[in-house]
Amino acid sequence: MHFLDITRETCPMTFVKVKLQLARMDVGEELEVILNEGEPLQNVPRSCEEQGYQILSVENCDDGDGKHRVIVKK
Amino acid sequence: MSEHKKISIVCFSGDFDKIVAAYTIATGAAATNREVTMFFTFWGLNALKKKKGHSWLGKDFLSRMFNFLMGGLKSLPLSRLNFAGVSPKLMTGMMKKNNVATLPELIEAADALGIRVYACEMAMQILGVTKDDLVDSVQEVVGVATFLNESEDAHIIFI
Repeated sequence: MHFLDITRETCPMTFVKVKLQLARMDVGEELEVILNEGEPLQNVPRSCEEQGYQILSVENCDDGDGKHRVIVKK
Repeated sequence: MSEHKKISIVCFSGDFDKIVAAYTIATGAAATNREVTMFFTFWGLNALKKKKGHSWLGKDFLSRMFNFLMGGLKSLPLSRLNFAGVSPKLMTGMMKKNNVATLPELIEAADALGIRVYACEMAMQILGVTKDDLVDSVQEVVGVATFLNESEDAHIIFI
């Protein structure tokens, strides 16, 4: 399982970091992404799906900051 | 394989803020599964020069003067409130402070994402700039016909 925290990134690097990380991985591998609610939460999973990747889960980290954990399978 | 949406950006301006906008759209689009072409012409060519400061590129007096005065990536002016070149540096500091990608970071991301970069043949001719004067990420020097062919089914954005 690969890991990426983009909670300190802003647009467009949120998308860029996820895209580049997924590009480095092999098909079948999974990536755990920690992201903020709002724009990243709305669009990162969607853009992964558009690229043919599978979103295995999206869950709230329940830390009060609106952070979410998304698992993507390449 | 999902279908590919295409975006072509004409980078006409050599203003710091407008080049930042162009690279922000370009990298955001490439990262969200779009095929991106950036076509640099006129003032925009300054962002592609290997020599990032003020240098005497060109083959005659006027082109050398123009290139020296315009400079490269590190001397792009802010489109408003430039204050003799101080503002782009202040702006870069503000971007860093707020975790926003700086222009060199955006350009690095654009390279990593495989964004296609074209330079305008006609503007280079006028300014006496050759492909050797430009960074290696420039794939080709092309004319408007090639750009339009490549952008046939793309959204074209002019900055």
